[in-house]
Amino acid sequence: MSTEFRFAVNVTPKPGILDPQGRAVESSLGHLGIDGVSAVRVGRRVELTVEAADESAARAVVERLASELLSNPLIEAFAIEAIGATSSTIGAPA
Amino acid sequence: MSVRIGVVVFPGSNRDIDAVNALEVAGAEPVLLWHEQASLDGVAAIMLPGGFAYGDYLRAGVIAQFSPVMRSVRAFADDGGLVLGVCNGFQVLTEAHLLPGALLRNRGLRFVSRRVAIAAERLDSPFTRSIGERRPLRMPVAHGEGCFYADETLLDELERDGQVLFRYVRADGTVAGGEDDRANPNGSLRAIAGVTNAAGNVAGLMPHPETAVEGILGSDDGLGIIRSFVESAAERANAKPAEPVAVGGR
Repeated sequence: MSTEFRFAVNVTPKPGILDPQGRAVESSLGHLGIDGVSAVRVGRRVELTVEAADESAARAVVERLASELLSNPLIEAFAIEAIGATSSTIGAPA
Repeated sequence: MSVRIGVVVFPGSNRDIDAVNALEVAGAEPVLLWHEQASLDGVAAIMLPGGFAYGDYLRAGVIAQFSPVMRSVRAFADDGGLVLGVCNGFQVLTEAHLLPGALLRNRGLRFVSRRVAIAAERLDSPFTRSIGERRPLRMPVAHGEGCFYADETLLDELERDGQVLFRYVRADGTVAGGEDDRANPNGSLRAIAGVTNAAGNVAGLMPHPETAVEGILGSDDGLGIIRSFVESAAERANAKPAEPVAVGGR
């Protein structure tokens, strides 16, 4: 029986790569009267469900997906986060 | 007989007909290649046009590299075939790792649509050999993600190996500065507007030479680039007649 594993892949600009979106967010903070916030980086988060025999097999699939498709290794870093597993239903547990 | 050149059409391509027109103006016979076809129909060279392939979802150009036609284009390029990517086509080629570097969101965050000036760094490439001494070349840009990026080591290598093909320049022909210089429309590092691969048979640029090929379009400065590409393709076709490129089983 295979199990479904739910993951999130967080993709962010690598350190040192200029992030114009982050810079735009940061420059707007003054208008909110907020200070003391810096180093804003805008990335993207992709959540997905993988059907596999066990978690390490599922994670291997996500690793490949993250490095070959979801991120561009030249400019972006990614981190994989397990959200949960379920053996019977599709989708994320509540 | 005029040389047959393929123009790849992805869902979301929107400069394909401009590419067809430019190739015709330069004396070639354009052949449209749909993204789902693996056959390249025996064309002598391939152009990837501008647009928003697959909606530019995830990152501009990234989804396109997994299409059947791109598998064949990759084999064609690996075999030494001439491939020219313009704008979104350039983004597709970098995402497919057929060209070095990456194209980031424009530093000013705005989509930039206006005429810019570029100059060829070298006049001995298959893409620039017929430009002549004309400099700068004026043609439009229209993109939101055109900021050429590579790390310092790679930038040095590209310059050392002659892979920098075009740079943004000012009206007087001098190389544009950084993001604060209006002559550099997207903040590209070292004002790089176009590059080639190490072998020199694959090139990409963000500006649109194909929409600057006739006086009625406001500029014909792009014609030298398209003509160079067509002439180089014709030479290769004559040297290697009617040999279809072998592609994989899919």
